[in-house]
Amino acid sequence: MADAAPLWATAVLPVALILAAVCAAGFDAVLSAAAERGRAGTVREMGVRAAAPLREGLRLLAQQPRRTTAADTLLIRLGVALVPLAAVLAGAVLPWGFRSVSDPSVGVVWFNAMEALSWAAVWLAGWGPNSALSLIGGYRFLAQGLAYELPHMFAITTAALGAESLRVGEVVAAQDGLWFVVWMPAAFVVYLLSALAMAFWGPLGHPLSRDAAGGAAAELTGVDRLVLLGGRWLLLVVTAGFSVPLFLGGGHGPLLPGWAWTLLKTAAVLALLVVGRRLLPVLRMERYMESAWLVLVPLTLLQALFVAVVVLNR
Amino acid sequence: MLDDVIFWALALLAVAAGVMVFRFDSMARATYALLTSLLCVGGEVLLLGLDYLGVVIVLMMTIEMAIMAVFMVMYMMNPAGLMPMTMVHNKKGAAVICAAVFAVLAAGILLAPWPSRRGRASADPTRDLGRSLMGPQMLTMMTLGVALFATIVVTVVLATRRGRYDRFGDDLKARTADDPVRGGVGR
Repeated sequence: MADAAPLWATAVLPVALILAAVCAAGFDAVLSAAAERGRAGTVREMGVRAAAPLREGLRLLAQQPRRTTAADTLLIRLGVALVPLAAVLAGAVLPWGFRSVSDPSVGVVWFNAMEALSWAAVWLAGWGPNSALSLIGGYRFLAQGLAYELPHMFAITTAALGAESLRVGEVVAAQDGLWFVVWMPAAFVVYLLSALAMAFWGPLGHPLSRDAAGGAAAELTGVDRLVLLGGRWLLLVVTAGFSVPLFLGGGHGPLLPGWAWTLLKTAAVLALLVVGRRLLPVLRMERYMESAWLVLVPLTLLQALFVAVVVLNR
Repeated sequence: MLDDVIFWALALLAVAAGVMVFRFDSMARATYALLTSLLCVGGEVLLLGLDYLGVVIVLMMTIEMAIMAVFMVMYMMNPAGLMPMTMVHNKKGAAVICAAVFAVLAAGILLAPWPSRRGRASADPTRDLGRSLMGPQMLTMMTLGVALFATIVVTVVLATRRGRYDRFGDDLKARTADDPVRGGVGR
């Protein structure tokens, strides 16, 4: 069971998550610029490229807001604000080393509930502007979430099953010696894939893809846009970070202290996801849906069955 | 003291959001007002110490309401539910029924002889609640679960317009199914 973190950690958590999100976005910007314009010649050039998300954020802060006809502003604001809020609330159960802001007895379910909240939020943000393209984006995210929520839940459940507890601290403690990724590889891969889907990003960024002019975010401008897109990076960071206590042994590791291992592993998973985005095109959901239901669900069920048998025989 | 404040705050918010479900003229707003109300109920359950049930209410209701929003909007008379519409039908009848149900429930709360606590609160209320609800009826619940699932599958099978003969030809010998949208597993 994880120790309780001091009270100031509650205030530090959002800042740390935002910092990690900015770093990840900067890394992604460097990779994008390298692909479009060739490698950066100097360190300064590299820094300028890495700061692109920050510049974009400042630009959005100063941008003139745009309104659509008969928009439901309340619902847009609600949906947009819920995305980063849900990400931070989900982050509350992330252990830094062996300490987390909160370690409730049902931390694993809490994390999933907060992801579901952001899922409902994106539909709101897409529906609110009274515009066809953003509505399509919102619906795409619902469909994508439906295809992914079940494998995602089964993958998370498998880790909880292996630890025989829904408390994140105990899931970490159960991996002292052997990380879950070793004997639950299928669950880990499905988790990473559905983490991308839950953050509607990269190969699973169909809800915000270019063929719908930006989808759910098509009509968002200024601060609204900044909060939604920033919230998406936060979601990516939090879902990548949660794979560490679930499958990668949390703070367990030789030599270094627990928090350093958590940081290293989270950074590695995030880097994998960001680099992986360059290797995969955006997937069309209507084609992918079948694989999600026919391959991923049985795969995760078999993985859960295997873990259940191992746990029963222990 | 703090628990009381949280209880009343959540209770008032739940009722207020519940009322707003019928005051709003937009499908999306009504759905999410209902979600707010249900999330507050989840908070109340958390307050009772039933952690698992509380968080599961938050999880399930969020997913359920999002899906419900899709279906409600999809099957509304106006496209995508974008036009304002009233959420109330049969106003007088509904008011009478609601008032009667409320009166009966409130009378039940006030008149029932509530037992005082015996013994101590259990360490894990969720487990105890589950045991007292499900314990002796586990076989019934399992059978019921399988029956419900079978019903869902059968309903889908009966409702689907394209059967396997449409997809694989009259003698089911086609190697690949003839589907309007190509799937992702090489068919």
